[in-house]
Parts: sequence; structure tokens; C-alpha cells
Amino acid sequence: MMSSPKKLMRRMHGMMFKLPLMITCNEFESFILAYLEDDLPAKQKFVFEMHLKICRECREYLKAYRTSLSLAKSALGGDHVEPPGGVPDDLIRAILEGRKS
Amino acid sequence: MTLERTITTQSQSPGSDPEISKLVAGGNSETEAFVRKNAGWMLAAARRMLRDEARAEDCVQEAFSNIFKNLESYRGGSSLRSWMHRIVVNQALMSLRARKRLNETPIDDLLPLFDENDCRVEDRWTTLETPESLMQKSQTRETVLSLIDELPESYRVVLLLRDIEEMPTSDVAEMLGLSESNVKVRLHRARSALKKLLEPLLRGQSL
Repeated sequence: MMSSPKKLMRRMHGMMFKLPLMITCNEFESFILAYLEDDLPAKQKFVFEMHLKICRECREYLKAYRTSLSLAKSALGGDHVEPPGGVPDDLIRAILEGRKS
Repeated sequence: MTLERTITTQSQSPGSDPEISKLVAGGNSETEAFVRKNAGWMLAAARRMLRDEARAEDCVQEAFSNIFKNLESYRGGSSLRSWMHRIVVNQALMSLRARKRLNETPIDDLLPLFDENDCRVEDRWTTLETPESLMQKSQTRETVLSLIDELPESYRVVLLLRDIEEMPTSDVAEMLGLSESNVKVRLHRARSALKKLLEPLLRGQSL
């Protein structure tokens, strides 16, 4: 259950985010991908970064979003990562046999 | 959703890459060197997509067969490696489709929440572990891989192709038979869901 002061604060935030040059958290969400790909027009980038400065939830969310992506990349590796143990010899042989046939 | 598309070859002037000329000529030692040079990274890509050793190996074998069949029509344009990468990824997509793993399961429970004011509902982040510190723990890699497997398949595939295989949005859209804007929506949702799934790890909680 959310406490009343917290609820009031969220309502105030919600109202503030509807002022000119402001966006709601929900709108912020829809801009994240384009922002990270540096694909936002200057004005949208400005309002996105403004929201980022004043909204703790979105700031922390975006940081965790980026960190989780880095973690996934580290765990999976890029295409430069060779499989541990190398390529089985029988696979190499099968590929070469396939070439001859 | 159609998952595989015919491999498109570039229509530029015929490639003059000596490596390709030797392969087309069919010398045994050149072919073996070519296979040994490329099988490793191709197998790694197939393993990431399929998460099954035997299927990954079959996929690489099929991919090489396609590569050999199409070498003469390869005209350069894209690099040989990215052309081969596309072939092995296409082959993995076909294998996934054959396994019927591409079911549309809902992703909604893993997406961010907003209240009635359109404000984000997000628990305070008092701890945020770094990927570097997490990767030092022996179990992290397997845990992350199994959590990625929990993503609905059509989102997991987009995340893998864009963020891990680093293929351009246009290629991913073509391979999956989706519009580019649909690929972008799926990618963002997949990343959001991934964040939700990895949250206990990132908060330093045990799973």
C-alpha cells in the first residue's frame, strides 16, 4: 500500500510532467531506444534529458536497463568469441565431406 | 511470422577476393583452412541462437553447405564474413522454426509499470552491481543465459540478432519478415523484459 505523502508526490510529479517541454514517464519509455541510438531530434532529446534530470525512477530505471544489456553482452560474448574447447574435429570432417559430395 | 528469407547476394562486380577464387576452384587444403578459420565463430553464433549443441553443429554444417553452394554467386558488396554470418543466422532461425520455439508468449508481465499519473513504478535501486563484478562470479554466465532463455522467443530472437549478433535493424527486419519499426518496438520490449529478469542479479540478491 502506498503511503499518502508518497501518493501525493507521485500525483504532483504526474501533473508536472504534463507541463510544456515535459514528458511523462510513459512517454519517456517510448523514447528510450531512439535516445540510446542517438536518433532523437534535438527538441525531443532536450525534453528526454530534462525528464531524466528530474525523475529519479526513470534515471535509475535507465541505468539498470543499460547495465542489464551490458551484462547480457558480457555473458553471451560477441561473434568474436570462439566456443570453449574449440570446434569438434568430427564437425570439421563432416563439413569437408559435404564439400566433396 | 516468416522467419527465414532467401539469402540475398549483392549485385556488384564479381568479387576478386583470392580466397574466394581458390575456394571456388575447390582445392582441398584451401577449403580445410577456410572451414577451420570460420567454423569457430559460426558455431558460437549458432549456440547462442539455439542453446543446443547438436542442433548448433547441424546448423553450422548446413550453413557451410549453403556457403559452398552459393560461393560462385557471391559478388562481394558486404564482407565475406557478414555474408556468412547472415547465412548461419538464417539457418539457426530455420532450425528454431522447425522446433516450433517461436511461439508468441505474452511479454506483458515483464514490462515496466506506470501508475494512474503515468509515473513509473520502480523500486528504489540502493545497489546496482556492475557487469564486471558479476562476471567474476562463476555462476553468473549460466544464470544470465538461462534468464535470457525465459524471454518470449520472438523477443529473444530480436535481442540476439540486434544486440548480440549486432546485425542492422534493416537486416533483422528482412530476416524476420517484420517492419523496421516493429523490430525496434520488439527490441526495446525485449531489453525492458531482460532488465526485469536480471534485476535480482543486478540488485545483488541471490536468485
